[in-house]
Amino acid sequence: MRYLPLDASDRALMLARVGAADIDALFSDIPADKRLSALLDMPGSMSELEVERALTTMAARNVAAGSVPFFLGAGAYRHHIPASVDHLIQRSEFLTSYTPYQPEIAQGTLQALFEFQTQVAALTGMEVANASMYDGSTACAEAMLMAHRLTRRKKAVLSGGLHPQYSDVAATLAEMAGDEIVRMSLDVRASEDIGAEIDDSTSCVIVQTPDFFGNLRDLAPIAAAAHAKGALLVAVFTEAVSLGAVRSPGEMGADIVVGEGQSIGNALNFGGPYLGLFAAHLKHVRQMPGRLAGETLDADGRRSFVLTLSTREQHIRREKATSNICTNSGLCALAFSIHLTLLGEAGLRRLARVNHAHAVDLAERLGAIGGVSMLNETFFNEFTIRTPRNARALVEDLASRGVIGGLPVSRLAPDAGLDDLLVVAATELNSAADRAAYAAALAQCL
Amino acid sequence: MSEIRFTKDHEYVRVDGDVGTVGISDHAQQQLGDVVFVELPALGAKFDKGAGAAVVESVKAASDIFAPVSGEVVAVNGDVDAEPGLINQDALGRGWIMKIKLADPKELDGLMNQSDYDAFLQTLA
Repeated sequence: MRYLPLDASDRALMLARVGAADIDALFSDIPADKRLSALLDMPGSMSELEVERALTTMAARNVAAGSVPFFLGAGAYRHHIPASVDHLIQRSEFLTSYTPYQPEIAQGTLQALFEFQTQVAALTGMEVANASMYDGSTACAEAMLMAHRLTRRKKAVLSGGLHPQYSDVAATLAEMAGDEIVRMSLDVRASEDIGAEIDDSTSCVIVQTPDFFGNLRDLAPIAAAAHAKGALLVAVFTEAVSLGAVRSPGEMGADIVVGEGQSIGNALNFGGPYLGLFAAHLKHVRQMPGRLAGETLDADGRRSFVLTLSTREQHIRREKATSNICTNSGLCALAFSIHLTLLGEAGLRRLARVNHAHAVDLAERLGAIGGVSMLNETFFNEFTIRTPRNARALVEDLASRGVIGGLPVSRLAPDAGLDDLLVVAATELNSAADRAAYAAALAQCL
Repeated sequence: MSEIRFTKDHEYVRVDGDVGTVGISDHAQQQLGDVVFVELPALGAKFDKGAGAAVVESVKAASDIFAPVSGEVVAVNGDVDAEPGLINQDALGRGWIMKIKLADPKELDGLMNQSDYDAFLQTLA
């Protein structure tokens, strides 16, 4: 393959062929104020050694998650990952195979996905789960679209406890499709009356638990209110470990359950790749997006695995497919499955208890500091505190004292008037010394 | 007295008064193979002639069923929802899909009668 850059005459030829006056014309869909009008102010060329020095100096300014007491969550959680997980997923049969779905040659991958689906269905309390999606936010948006298809309605009601970025993704899709979205205002204390927003044109309500602020929500009454109007309940979680401690969304009456699976087996990875989990009832399986691995018998009667119900998918149904997403996060799903298998049911419950215990201890330490108030009545491993200072300035001060203190709510919701709120998470990785260091640093910063 | 008409997409409509019973022809069910799922329209849904109104999914493919006439859905066949194989067993009888109240009976003139459809199938062979 040649990698020779094109010259001016090549470009002119191509522009003439597509009928564009100049290169900028190809970017006309991007609003003018989002485009650069001048070159970036960048230094000129450097030698390899100079670049290495410059970037090393820059990188040293980072405070890495693993190097300091770290209490950031809000959709991405730092958990311990056993060394065996990375060792196993790096086997070349898993790591380097591309779309390994032909049953003749890919029984290992297909069986791993089948086991993954079984685990996700069991965790969420649902009957069927797909082979995963890109991440929690896109799984959430796909659940909304699935609810639209099932109910033949076009209006989704989004709880004010839903992660703001999940709401943004759903709103982006809805805007492009001309569907209606009702975004309830940010609900710090889980006190909203979402049932009052459901009417005969509502396709679904989307509710997260534990919610963005850490509150646990009882989904059962919301499910009943939705079902009374012929609407569906989409349950969302961003912290999969919580499912080791709380009643499953399926048991509480959810019709579709989606969430972020990163917490189990997957590192923070600078925000991705992550793992969208998606589960539903069997009666709705044909409207479920994504791939499904299924168990069957081969010609000799042996247990084997295949992709199933593919007639819903894009490569067969083209524009009438249930979703444009035909791919999944296979390697992240494998990591999830391996870690969950190593934990087992009892191990997951113990892990969840440790997470909760650490969060309770942290909440007590932080709540004892003058001026700090704890806003949650319930939480799993994450909660929201009100501080006497602007939370964004506060986390900078904490970072300068070597503590990553959490997520200022205003970072994701700058106009909500919640500048003094901080969302704080604690996992099994936050030792007693870490928690004490946080409390000490916070006391100094106030 | 009912009369049956066919489309080139192999839907049929059997007309009684102002209501047409819609399904797929015996030829169509043979071509599709075992039908495993039928997605029925909502009662009261209105379709223009030629619009996708239902989906029949077989082990081979998922196929849109286009409304052979314009009108409103006044009944759907819950039996094929529960037992999609009825379409293979008895496409023109118990395997019907929906009943449409005809908006414009003149549309029937554009469809094929039984002998025209039989001749049309010969041209496909």
